[in-house]
Amino acid sequence: MRFVLGILVAPLAGMLVNGLVGGRLSKKAVAGIACVAVGASFVGSLWTFLDLLRLPEEGRRLSLILYPWVLSGEVTVHVGLLVDTLSGWMALLVSGVSFLIHLYSTAYMGEDPDYSRYFTYLNFFVFSMLLLVLADNLLLLFVGWELVGLCSYLLIGFWFERPQAAMAGRKAFVVNRIGDAAFLLGIVLLLLRLGTVEIQGILHRASDAFSPGDFTATVVTLLLFTGATGKSAQLPLYLWLPDAMEGPTPVSALIHAATMVTAGVYMIARLHPLFSLAPLTMEVILAVGTLTALFAASVAITEQDLKRVLAYSTISQLGYMFMAAGVGAFAASIFHLTTHAFFKALLFLAAGAVMHAVHGETNLQRLGGLWPHLPATTFAFLVGALALAGIPPLSGYYSKDLILLHLLGQEKGAAWVLGVGTAFLTAVYIGRAATLTFFSPAPRTYDHVHEAPPLMATAMWILVGLAALGGWLGASWGGEPLLRLLAPVFMERELPHALALGFAPVLAGLAGLLLAWAVYLRGALRLANPTLSRVVSRKFYIEELYQILIVTPGRRIAQGLAEVFDPLLIDGVVNGVGVLVRAIGAGLRLFQTGYLRNYALVFLAGTLFLLGYWLFR
Amino acid sequence: MTQLPILTSLVFTPLAGAVVVAFVNGRAHITRWLGFLSSLLTLALAIWMFLRFSPGVAGMQMEERAPWIPPLGISYHLGVDGVSVLLVALTAVIFPLALLSSWESVTEKVREFTALMLLLETAILGTFLSLDLILFYVFWEGMLIPMYFLIGIWGGPRRSYAAIKFFLYTMAGSVLMLVAIVVLHLQGRSFLGIPTFDLLELQGIRLPPSTQMWLFAAFALAFAIKVPIWPLHTWLPDAHVEAPTAGSVILAALLLKVGAYGFLRFGLPLFPEASRSVADLFAILALIGIVYGGLVAWRQQDVKRLVAYSSVSHLGLVILGIFALNQQAIQGSLLQMVNHGISTGGLFLIVGILYDRVHTRMLHDFGGVARLMPTFAVVVLIVSLSSMALPGTNGFVGEFLILLGVFRSDWRYAAVAVLGVILSAVYLLWMIEQVMHGPVRARSPERLVDVKRRELLVFLPLLLLIFWIGIYPRPFLVRTEASVERLVTRVQERTFPTTVLRTHVSKFADYAVKDSNLPTYPRATLQPEEMRGEGR
Repeated sequence: MRFVLGILVAPLAGMLVNGLVGGRLSKKAVAGIACVAVGASFVGSLWTFLDLLRLPEEGRRLSLILYPWVLSGEVTVHVGLLVDTLSGWMALLVSGVSFLIHLYSTAYMGEDPDYSRYFTYLNFFVFSMLLLVLADNLLLLFVGWELVGLCSYLLIGFWFERPQAAMAGRKAFVVNRIGDAAFLLGIVLLLLRLGTVEIQGILHRASDAFSPGDFTATVVTLLLFTGATGKSAQLPLYLWLPDAMEGPTPVSALIHAATMVTAGVYMIARLHPLFSLAPLTMEVILAVGTLTALFAASVAITEQDLKRVLAYSTISQLGYMFMAAGVGAFAASIFHLTTHAFFKALLFLAAGAVMHAVHGETNLQRLGGLWPHLPATTFAFLVGALALAGIPPLSGYYSKDLILLHLLGQEKGAAWVLGVGTAFLTAVYIGRAATLTFFSPAPRTYDHVHEAPPLMATAMWILVGLAALGGWLGASWGGEPLLRLLAPVFMERELPHALALGFAPVLAGLAGLLLAWAVYLRGALRLANPTLSRVVSRKFYIEELYQILIVTPGRRIAQGLAEVFDPLLIDGVVNGVGVLVRAIGAGLRLFQTGYLRNYALVFLAGTLFLLGYWLFR
Repeated sequence: MTQLPILTSLVFTPLAGAVVVAFVNGRAHITRWLGFLSSLLTLALAIWMFLRFSPGVAGMQMEERAPWIPPLGISYHLGVDGVSVLLVALTAVIFPLALLSSWESVTEKVREFTALMLLLETAILGTFLSLDLILFYVFWEGMLIPMYFLIGIWGGPRRSYAAIKFFLYTMAGSVLMLVAIVVLHLQGRSFLGIPTFDLLELQGIRLPPSTQMWLFAAFALAFAIKVPIWPLHTWLPDAHVEAPTAGSVILAALLLKVGAYGFLRFGLPLFPEASRSVADLFAILALIGIVYGGLVAWRQQDVKRLVAYSSVSHLGLVILGIFALNQQAIQGSLLQMVNHGISTGGLFLIVGILYDRVHTRMLHDFGGVARLMPTFAVVVLIVSLSSMALPGTNGFVGEFLILLGVFRSDWRYAAVAVLGVILSAVYLLWMIEQVMHGPVRARSPERLVDVKRRELLVFLPLLLLIFWIGIYPRPFLVRTEASVERLVTRVQERTFPTTVLRTHVSKFADYAVKDSNLPTYPRATLQPEEMRGEGR
């Protein structure tokens, strides 16, 4: 408990120090401060988590209320932290992976002139993400939620002189803001209905306030989920994530794979009793997750950029997590979130090592034949790829398998079939990416190709271990430690293990890898149907659809208002009144002649008129 | 011991400073220091007032009253309550910064400039603190004259057009208000039996709804132009574009608040029934303003025009909150007025810094400024984030409370208002991208040197307030709570106070009957059980 605040304060302090004086410090000092800050945060998380484990199972919850924040009338929102096994585990995961990526970045960003700015942002991100995770109420969670979005904006646009990078950052922020606006409305509605936004309060009062299927509960959860589709890059708000690859690769690993994008999944798990009261929302989550998983996996097959393949892969894997959440398997979704953090961070770091070796090249057509030059990196990438493809006994197998088992257990046959199909596509695209990067004939000769320097390698090797063995956390042979830890939070039903169809995803994965090997290395097969492949390679024209339906009309309307309606019509009326008054004044001036005889004449005429009116009325 | 008349000292310290500046024939440098020091002294008094202010009290505090023209019941009456306390403090904070920001950019007629600025400060403080309608009107019109000269003398190329437009437009609205004030006085004379222009006394009478309607309309026109509420906003971009930086800062941060303040101080408490029945009209105009201002801001080429239209959008939200007529929304609006003063004032200071360096404000003349001016880039980022109400900054607390209150009164309004949240990110990030990011496009990039210490000093208090209000808004919220609660109760009261009515019952009986059929506001509501029934 003593260290809960430290978890947040350490990265915040690191950010302040590097932000204020980092420019005057040496790169070593900057890196040291940043790493120590995040390391301290990790130690604090670990300590807190161990403290938590010492408590009896039902009482594993620590809360810390700091001060009243927003208060007006009967509304009071505090700033407070809540640590239970769910947020404790997330804090551990976030600070742990962040520490590894800080370590990796110290070398990866070594040549960058804006070294201290980079680590300032990175520390700030860790603070924001931990705030999101540890917040004890939705409004404070929203603070973290938007701050991680800000960090994402800053880090995607880190090389802001490149117009694409600046634009990608802005796109990420604006798309996220659309989801966030819905999220904020959801919070407001919940506060008005329940009188509280504290997570514990919501969980206690939700079942009294809402009967299952309650309209308000459905509206609230749909609004919150809309926020999640933005942050976690699901259909239809996923568009920003592929562009986010403009940022430095360690950032892609940390923010756009392992941590921030999982915030939506975490939020739903955090509020699971509320979501459970809205079956319609759960159906929507399942459908969106399933479709996103399938869609993104198919796009990843035709993508030509290594980092973008991984970005679509992340979108697809997040889809799996939402599938799990959609059938109420929250522990399974957190388990997949965990293993995905390991193997996807590993894949990105390995991709970063490749880029580091070949001067930033990421086009799959211009890569190839790298494994003799980079055997260690190849090995690391392959471990991540096999974990992603769900090949046992690597971590991804256990978590993906668990999700698909839950789908079967809940008799969501269609989702299960699509989930297995996605597993097949997953194996194809990651097999393709691995083949084209490391094994296909080299398209050119490489000079000065070198393995990653020691700090980068250390981070990678630790992640290799985690990606390989992380399945233990949820494997039946290992006693499912993570699932058992989370069980008191989620109160889930038991799962029928070892169903007859359990081997299907593994077979799909193996078949996919085989196909990728056959197509992209041997050239034995060609993907037929040019129309289909064109549609897929243009990402189903969704980006274009957005342009035609929303962006262009919006810009046209704004342009029309700004250039025609406002200056000509509204201001025209204003100036018109001015002109009119001046015209009337000019007309009236004719009467102000200053000649006494004119006035006398008018006076006489008026008198006569009135007199006549009186007399002859 | 006789108490120091704190409010009088507050209002007239800048005036004294102006007199000193005008008659001490010193060099420009001495003049600047004199002006700056008098605004600092005012700030010190304002801080003292802020600390002495008792949060739990709903009524007026530190009141001062002296007869002025007794036969007409005009008095010199000042007082501060939760509705005005934050705005007075904001005024005192903004003026020293505005003076400091013109240290080097205003080089001609420094003496006149400084004196006019201080005069303006007295007028604004007087407007916020007056409790007598005539006194209020004097200060209200008094604001126009220095502002007119600030735009007309130190402004840009079309300054004379902008100054005259500003003057005539806002003057036209105010004249009707003067008529309404006189009518109100006559009504008060017949209801209360004494001649008075005192706001607190006139609040005691409940006018028949139709009279309320006419008088409210006259007041509302003056206030709506000042805010400005769509579609009465077109004087604003012109005035901003032509005004010197300090003028723009004062205009955005303070003068626009006077309109919204007018609704809260006069419109709502004097004409509660009328306010209730026009609430929907104002809410809809406010919503149009939010979306319209945001869209138009997005397509501007001139950064100053962009910020000016963003004000239309932001003040739309403030007006929307005021006419939601409940505790959270009005407290949110009050806080948001301060927030807008800080963030938009800051944005105009930012434009000023850019303009001082390269004498252009066009988006396409910039680009990559973040590389050339890294410290400045941080300031721009933080101020912009505050303007787009990022959580953790001041804007979020205000916007959240407004949204909460508006949702309480009508969820459809909240659903539209939230578009403003998205649009603010669209146009502000667009501005940042065009000005700060991308390759350097400026014709003389060597002139884009990073902010100097004096320039940074101008921003420091703003940055401090951005985070203070964002992270710990309690000192600000508790000071407004009690007064707003009383205001809301008063506006939401349904019946005529019969004690007042009895003597006039024959005359107004039919109105009283009509009143009971007034449409209830609001209709489509989603309320929690525990909130239902309170206040309405």
